[in-house]
Amino acid sequence: MLRVERLHKSYPTPQGRIPVLRDVNFTLAAGATLALTGESGSGKSTLLHIVGALDDADSGDVILDGVALTRLSETARAATRRDKIGVVFQQFNLIPSLNVEENLGFQARLAGRYDPAWQEEFTARLGLTALRARYPEELSGGQQQRVAIGRALAVRPKLLLADEPTGNLDEATGDAVLALALDLVDATGCAFLMATHSERLAARLQNRVRLEAGLLAAQ
Amino acid sequence: MRETLWTLAALMSHWRRRPGSLATLVLGLVIATALWSGVQALNAQARKSYDAAAAVISGGGARTLAASRGVLFDEALFVKLRRAGVNVSPVLEGAARIGEKNIRIIGVEPLSLPRRSPIARMRSRADVIEDFFSGPGRAFAAPQTLSRINFAEGAQPQTERRQQLPPLAALAEAPPGAIVVDIGVAQRLLDRPGKLSRLIVADDETLDEEQLKRVAGDALRLVAPDDESDIGRLTESFHLNLTAFGFLAFLVGLFIVHAAYGLAFEQRLPTLRTLRALGVAPRDLIFAMACEIAALTFVAGYAGVIGGYAIAQALLPDVAKSLESLYGAQISESIAFDARWQLSGLAMAGAGAVLAAASGLTRALRMPPLSVARPIAWRVEHHRYLRRQATFAALALVAAAFAYRFGDGLASGFAIIGLSLLAAALFLPVGLAGALALGEHAAHRPLARWFFADGRQEISGLSLALMALLIALATNIGVGGMVEGFRQTFVRWLDARLIAEIYFEAATPADARDIEAWARKQPDISAILPVWRAKTRIGEWPVDVFGMTPHETYTAHFPLIEAEPGVWTALRAQEAVLVSEQLARRLGVGLGATLDIPTSGQDWRARIVGVFPDYGNPKGQLRVDHEKLKRYFDDASGVHYSLRVAPDATMRVIENMQQRFGEKIARIIDQSELKSLSTDVFERTFAVTTALNTLTLIVSGVALFASLLTLSDMRRARIAPVWALGATRRKLAGLEMIRVIAFAAGAAAFATPLGLFMTWCLVAIVNVAAFGWRLPFHMFPAQWLVVFFVALCAAFFAALVPVARLARVAPTELLKVFSDER
Repeated sequence: MLRVERLHKSYPTPQGRIPVLRDVNFTLAAGATLALTGESGSGKSTLLHIVGALDDADSGDVILDGVALTRLSETARAATRRDKIGVVFQQFNLIPSLNVEENLGFQARLAGRYDPAWQEEFTARLGLTALRARYPEELSGGQQQRVAIGRALAVRPKLLLADEPTGNLDEATGDAVLALALDLVDATGCAFLMATHSERLAARLQNRVRLEAGLLAAQ
Repeated sequence: MRETLWTLAALMSHWRRRPGSLATLVLGLVIATALWSGVQALNAQARKSYDAAAAVISGGGARTLAASRGVLFDEALFVKLRRAGVNVSPVLEGAARIGEKNIRIIGVEPLSLPRRSPIARMRSRADVIEDFFSGPGRAFAAPQTLSRINFAEGAQPQTERRQQLPPLAALAEAPPGAIVVDIGVAQRLLDRPGKLSRLIVADDETLDEEQLKRVAGDALRLVAPDDESDIGRLTESFHLNLTAFGFLAFLVGLFIVHAAYGLAFEQRLPTLRTLRALGVAPRDLIFAMACEIAALTFVAGYAGVIGGYAIAQALLPDVAKSLESLYGAQISESIAFDARWQLSGLAMAGAGAVLAAASGLTRALRMPPLSVARPIAWRVEHHRYLRRQATFAALALVAAAFAYRFGDGLASGFAIIGLSLLAAALFLPVGLAGALALGEHAAHRPLARWFFADGRQEISGLSLALMALLIALATNIGVGGMVEGFRQTFVRWLDARLIAEIYFEAATPADARDIEAWARKQPDISAILPVWRAKTRIGEWPVDVFGMTPHETYTAHFPLIEAEPGVWTALRAQEAVLVSEQLARRLGVGLGATLDIPTSGQDWRARIVGVFPDYGNPKGQLRVDHEKLKRYFDDASGVHYSLRVAPDATMRVIENMQQRFGEKIARIIDQSELKSLSTDVFERTFAVTTALNTLTLIVSGVALFASLLTLSDMRRARIAPVWALGATRRKLAGLEMIRVIAFAAGAAAFATPLGLFMTWCLVAIVNVAAFGWRLPFHMFPAQWLVVFFVALCAAFFAALVPVARLARVAPTELLKVFSDER
């Protein structure tokens, strides 16, 4: 379902280009879950952003559902993000002027795949039914992250990406949020790729790979 | 389409949660559009009235024949042309007074007028034509004119010359402020027997210059239909000044829009990032933002057009009175909802909104989805911002210098003022940042250092509002200084011009002789000074010619800007004239130059021996020896006189004259009342300017308030850490107020030299180009203090609500800045 092949990425600095990703290769099948671990600054977020068509690689391919994302135009990549990829960020990134219900359904409406029944279901499973009318600033961090997960899965994506989804949460809340996410991933059958520096959380996914100095190693 | 609609919904939801920001943006656009539209409505209404008045006889677009020399010509020329088969229609126009109202008398021959003339349409109404030609005839006036002169239909009022009008009748097609009569009646009413003003050439008449010369010699000239009327030419500067003011007010209002939209963009950056991350393509995002602007612009723009209509209606009475007093122009007393100025208002609203949102749209288009909201180190961004401001300020200053060096006329005068204001406004944040950096360097205590450092961070958010305040303050000082200087100069000049104690106008020249004979026998009257006058035309400028007798009233008091030695002797003994300052500038002449002055007969060649100031007069004026006036202008009106009387006998003499001569005196007034009337005209003329000035200052105060209110949420994130470290909310709120007032004081201090420069530009360049007279340059320190005080008050009241909210903010709100559940 997802193939990453010979991915290279570096950033320019006054001292020259610094490689962040070096010849990264991996695959992820539909319904599979993969944890991407590594120390802070190892390139986890960079890899996730490239896979999510949010950033460009210097070279290499990201092939999702047979389509090479790295060769698409900006408009086509936006369409792919909208229709096939759900992203959960560390900072939640909810739309502050929309309430919970509106945030949950937003990407699905953008993609033209809003399903009231599915939304009702995952809203209940995420424990957000009573909070539908509230706005993001009225929610705790854990509640906001659950909304972010719901929004990402409302569109029934092929691939769910999560960049340190529990990074801003306490341990108990983080565990609970991850459990809900895995539950819904299972229900939708999408592939799940999560970047985390927590080995404990990484162990809950089916597979793990580790980024060190831009190189990927299986664990 | 679906993506665009949902993106638009997400964007618009921002305003739903922040109605104050939306109100600010809409209010800014409404105010900017209203001020611009209001001025355009006034100008459009005035021009429409001029065009209607000019077209009422000819129907517009017709060629005319006018005197080559002077103003009037003999009707024998009309007879000659008709006998030669030239199809022309005679017209005689002049001014008369009915009661206290000046009225335009238009004499026509309706059967020969062009078919499309509104007056000619009365040919199709048999009852009207019959009334016009039979019996005493008819004097047609528009209903609003009848109510203005306070006479009903059927009445037969008299003019100041005791000439009785035919019975009045209402005619909707008659122009405002005018009475239409048969041409023979007009010649009687205006005391112009056998004279005509012009001939309207019929549409199908092929008369050319050669044929005209063959028939009429060089007595007449052919005037093309699109040649600007006298009124249009004379009032052009007045309307241009109004437009300039309207544009300035529009720009200040745009600052509100720019500030509101810019701040909204900053607040929505996280939303824009999220939208891009969720799969909204850049072009869909831009299109949605553009649709948002278009919707807001249409709603706010149209509300602004309606507001402009209200402003125009409110200012119209003062504008109408100014135009009537200064130029004798009559304009309609209600504003028509004309499509042109409405579209102009909407177009300006649209252009303004696009300008205000352009930088945000460009940034949203260019930035990749990840870094749209990534915070750049504020110092890097701050220095970049200041460098950009300084660069553009320097460019604007260079452009202003270029305009000064190579420009000429009114447009370059306004360009110099506009570019200088822009340069100063752009430089203001740089100056304030520099002052704050010095303060930070000098401060020792930590809270003081934070005060200055945080102030530097706050500048970019407040800069637009402060720039608007600077422009408004500088304009107040600049225009206020010019007006006050003009007022003082005008009063002094009036004192020098109005030396005689009594001024009167006799009904007829024969009545004038009677009064003169009586006055010579009165011991209270020490001098009788005829002030006869004639009209002529030099080039394309209408000119009044006044006679002067050699009396110490003039030789000791009449103000002169420049004069030859022995000017009064030369005026009496030689072929010499005094010329008004504006006429001298328009003709490009000065001391020693000669003028060929069209008279009743041959042209009179006279030498200019003096130039005199003639403030407030749009026409040119010549002053000649009384005997020369009588010699060269046999149609000079010999009914105006001034009398030198002992001051304590003035009212007694006036009463005696009124009792003895009754209707033989058309008008009589004493010096103090005349000065009061003149000053009243002056004040009314600048009432509109003062109103626009005040509105601009209010708008800038609103801009400051709007910016502070919108920034107050962002301020919390910067204030929270300081509060957490031990500063009380009250102290922080107090520092916030001090900072805003200090910024305003900085803007006011900067505005003072800028305003003085503006005053100099107005007196030395704009007024000279617009009106032809140069005023002395005055400074009024008391005015600067008032403006300074107003700036501090504006800042205080603008900051009051945001600061009060900050002082009362709950600790939980401040703690949310730090919320972290790790």
